[in-house]
Amino acid sequence: MEIAHLVVMANQIAGFFEPLPDRDEAIKSVARHLRNFWDPRMRKQLAAYVIQGGDGGLKPLARDAVLMLHAETQSRSAP
Amino acid sequence: MLSITDKDWGTPARNSGQFATLEIDGKPVTVPVGTSILRAAALAGVNIPKLCATDSLEPFGSCRLCLVKIAGRGGYPASCTTPVAAGMKVRTQSDKLGELRRNVMELYISDHPLDCLTCPANGNCELQDMAGVVGLRHVRYGYSGRNHLDSPKDESNPYFVFDPSKCIVCSRCVRACEEVQGTFALTIQGRGFASVVSPGQHEPFIDSECVSCGACVQACPTATLMEKSIVEKGQAEHSVITTCGYCGVGCSFKAEMKGNEVARMVPNKDGQPNYGHSCVKGRFAWGYAAHPDRVVKPLIRERRSEPWRKVSWEEAINCAAAGLRRVREKYGKDSVGAITSSRCTNEETYLVQKLVRAAFGNNNVDTCARVCHSPTGYGLKTAFGTSAGTQDFASVLKADVIMVIGCNPTDGHPVFASMMKRRLREGAKLIVADPRAIDLVKSPHIEAASHLQLRPGTNVALVNAMAHVVVTEGLTDETFVAERCDTSAYRTWKEFIAKPHNSPEAVEEATGVAARAIRAAARLYATGGRAAIYYGLGVTEHSQGSTMVLAMANLAMATGNLGREGVGVNPLRGQNNVQGSCDVGSFPHELSGYRHISDPVLRAAFEQAWGVSLDPEPGLRIPNMFDAALDGSFKGLYIQGEDIAQSDPNTRHVVAALKAMEFIVIQDIFFNETSKYAHVFLPGSSFLEKNGTFTNSERRISRVRKAIPPLAGKEDWEVTVALSNALDYTMKYSHPSEIMDEIARLTPTFTGVSYEKLDRLGSVQWPCNEKAPRGTPVMHVGQFVRGKGNFTITEYIPTEERTSRRYPLILTTGRILTQYNVGTQTRRTSNVVWHREDRLEIHPHDAEQRGIRDGDRVEMSSRAGATTLRALVTERVQPGVVYTTFHHPESGANVVTTENSDWATNCPEYKVTAVQVMPVTRAARREEVRLYAAEASAAK
Ligand code: SF4
Ligand code: SF4
Ligand code: SF4
Ligand code: FES
Repeated sequence: MEIAHLVVMANQIAGFFEPLPDRDEAIKSVARHLRNFWDPRMRKQLAAYVIQGGDGGLKPLARDAVLMLHAETQSRSAP
Repeated sequence: MLSITDKDWGTPARNSGQFATLEIDGKPVTVPVGTSILRAAALAGVNIPKLCATDSLEPFGSCRLCLVKIAGRGGYPASCTTPVAAGMKVRTQSDKLGELRRNVMELYISDHPLDCLTCPANGNCELQDMAGVVGLRHVRYGYSGRNHLDSPKDESNPYFVFDPSKCIVCSRCVRACEEVQGTFALTIQGRGFASVVSPGQHEPFIDSECVSCGACVQACPTATLMEKSIVEKGQAEHSVITTCGYCGVGCSFKAEMKGNEVARMVPNKDGQPNYGHSCVKGRFAWGYAAHPDRVVKPLIRERRSEPWRKVSWEEAINCAAAGLRRVREKYGKDSVGAITSSRCTNEETYLVQKLVRAAFGNNNVDTCARVCHSPTGYGLKTAFGTSAGTQDFASVLKADVIMVIGCNPTDGHPVFASMMKRRLREGAKLIVADPRAIDLVKSPHIEAASHLQLRPGTNVALVNAMAHVVVTEGLTDETFVAERCDTSAYRTWKEFIAKPHNSPEAVEEATGVAARAIRAAARLYATGGRAAIYYGLGVTEHSQGSTMVLAMANLAMATGNLGREGVGVNPLRGQNNVQGSCDVGSFPHELSGYRHISDPVLRAAFEQAWGVSLDPEPGLRIPNMFDAALDGSFKGLYIQGEDIAQSDPNTRHVVAALKAMEFIVIQDIFFNETSKYAHVFLPGSSFLEKNGTFTNSERRISRVRKAIPPLAGKEDWEVTVALSNALDYTMKYSHPSEIMDEIARLTPTFTGVSYEKLDRLGSVQWPCNEKAPRGTPVMHVGQFVRGKGNFTITEYIPTEERTSRRYPLILTTGRILTQYNVGTQTRRTSNVVWHREDRLEIHPHDAEQRGIRDGDRVEMSSRAGATTLRALVTERVQPGVVYTTFHHPESGANVVTTENSDWATNCPEYKVTAVQVMPVTRAARREEVRLYAAEASAAK
């Protein structure tokens, strides 16, 4: 999917959780939202983008959440 | 088979809580204090003659036919206006009473055309019946005195005739328009013999304030106000109780039938939620079901460029199955999906999502509710624990303060609006938050205490500011919060909302609403008694739609306005079955009852029932499907009853996505914009042609009953069953009741629902289970569904869709009473007389700046596209804002809307689009005419 669009959507989600006083809680909330509502192909594509160093406008909170989700997926698929 | 006449108890029921026993013609009867003698008699099985009284209206006492004799009292009082008293002894028959009643009838009949045999009311006329009952045998005055027999008929309304020559001036119509509908369109003009019923100031109905709800027609005891369909076809011979197929009010109707033909639709007096009331759509605009445009044969084609080929059901189903299978094999199991419709029944919707999850093997199923109320689902579930409104409609009759945000009930939810208006006339206070002056702001006997005319896109700032006032002025209900809510979340929220940037003064500029008006509204909401919020798509269809739902939930919790009658947070759903289609599992991440697909225990239950293993990951939502189609990973789609090419935003993007898909199956009753890109067309059935259930905005599950056989031979659920079987996933149902039984088995909030119960009780509101066997009108009583109510931080974030020099105006959209959504149905009825085209409302200031005059054709452009329509210069909208309806495809409102969407649910931001509006220059107009002519001749 168009990566720019995924970035916009992820930023919107991060925007909602940004005001949470506890940053860890905010990261977890964004990650939970992505896990609960995004089709895996969308998550995978955004994760690949972040891992390849792409940050074209992605909010740090969104990036951290994407990385957190990615780590989770990796550990689940590890033998 | 149901008969077509209902028992009329004469006057409305009373519910005083105290009872009185009296004797009527020697029969003892006990009734609530306040009941009329007329009603008490009817309950005792004694029918007193009557004409001006009917049980839907307050008694009036004008005809003097219902006279009785009361022991120990002088004279002959009217039984309709005389309340019962304990120990009363009433006589309803005597020679004297007979004579008095015959005298009354004699006067009526001397001024009545005696054409009973050819009168359309013949067989269903109260005047005729009463003449018989009182034993009228001759008329002493003759028929040649002064009379009204030559009064001309008014046939201006497309659906009913007004024939004043038959009027007995009983005033039932006038009272119905006032009490039931609340429009006050009718009056009795003149006095004594000269008195006549008149719409407006002696205007024809069509030019008056009349909104064609039909209440007066329903109330009229004679043929004076009569449906044209009955004039043409004659009285019906049987009736079927069913549910309106239009809006989310979900009115109960009697379809009055002559064989397999509908003679008229009459609101069901005993049915909830409408108790015998209706609006012009459900009451009259049902003719589309038999429109010649209906597609009644299955169609297929290899390529989009080819003409459709009529085939058998078997061939069409096999072709659909083969196409979907081919795509799946070529591109993988996640490359196909389906869209369910909020127009279809719960059972049909449930089957489509089951087909996707069980036969397609993924969760790529979504519903058109995505583009309207998905933020409601997210917000109310997060705050309270379930994705539904908190109240029943009748709760509004107990509200002291009513706050209407982003909805226009008199147009979008008319029957509920009538109920709300009744409460407002009784003195409840009204707050309207809307960029536009909707009718409710000022209408007969109603004036909003406050109209917060905010800028589109600033809802969250406004409601946060109201909550700020509540918190900083100490207007919170701390006891409620301490008992019922998560107090730690409350503390965090309170700290956030009290910050100065949330104050009315701080948001004044962004919202365009004066700080003191926000403060006054907040104080009224918090201290005015029971306060209820009603909202619509003006809340949800924003980039902060979900945030706004949460912000309203915060405000209601902080003031203790939840968990009892008269309060609550209530979405008004657009289409008939938005609630139901979401309830039964249409969202890609949820199984029925709003339970997440990732829950292994839940999945196991469905896997066992369905005999397959289920994918634990959420699937694609509608806008994601379009994006995935364009990137090549989504290639096949089954769409039941939705026209995404017209109703979804940014038409250009949607069409590109449809073109990128390899195989599309459409199931619908008419060709539409989307079917241009389809390969298989499976003809659908209208709500009159099938069995099932709809669930309205107040969670009420009502039966839809088959009144006529499906025109194309199959009910919609049968088509999905056939498709599933052709895909080798066997579905075996012989009736939709079995599908509901399966939903009930698998869904904790539905375990008590069955067709047997619905037939017995009429309807039930979920949750309906062991704890609440007769359903639940008001939710969260004593405790929230999620346990503790959840406060959320709701920071206002302005939408990305900003005005600029290029696009300096904000477009927002809405609906009008007589039309329904993209107009597929209502444009195929006489309702078009009220709305032949969509107009663009623009403020005189903006119009003048652009040299636009009322009625001029204008071009409206946004960064997504451009369209033309005619301007309506009006102060209803504020400077900087333009407004249009979207009922006609030519106006192309969605050509200009963008793909901006709600952060949580991807619900499109239809309500805010930056646009420019310019007059169509003569040259451009000529070009338009030329292109139109070229297109028209090409089409020929
Ligand atoms: S139109 Fe019908 S309801 Fe109205 S006053 Fe005449 S008879 Fe009565
Ligand atoms: S149709 Fe409805 S609005 Fe019109 S006059 Fe009758 S009651 Fe009033
Ligand atoms: S209010 Fe809605 S459900 Fe009721 S008759 Fe009108 S369109 Fe139908
Ligand atoms: S019915 Fe009682 S006065 Fe008319």
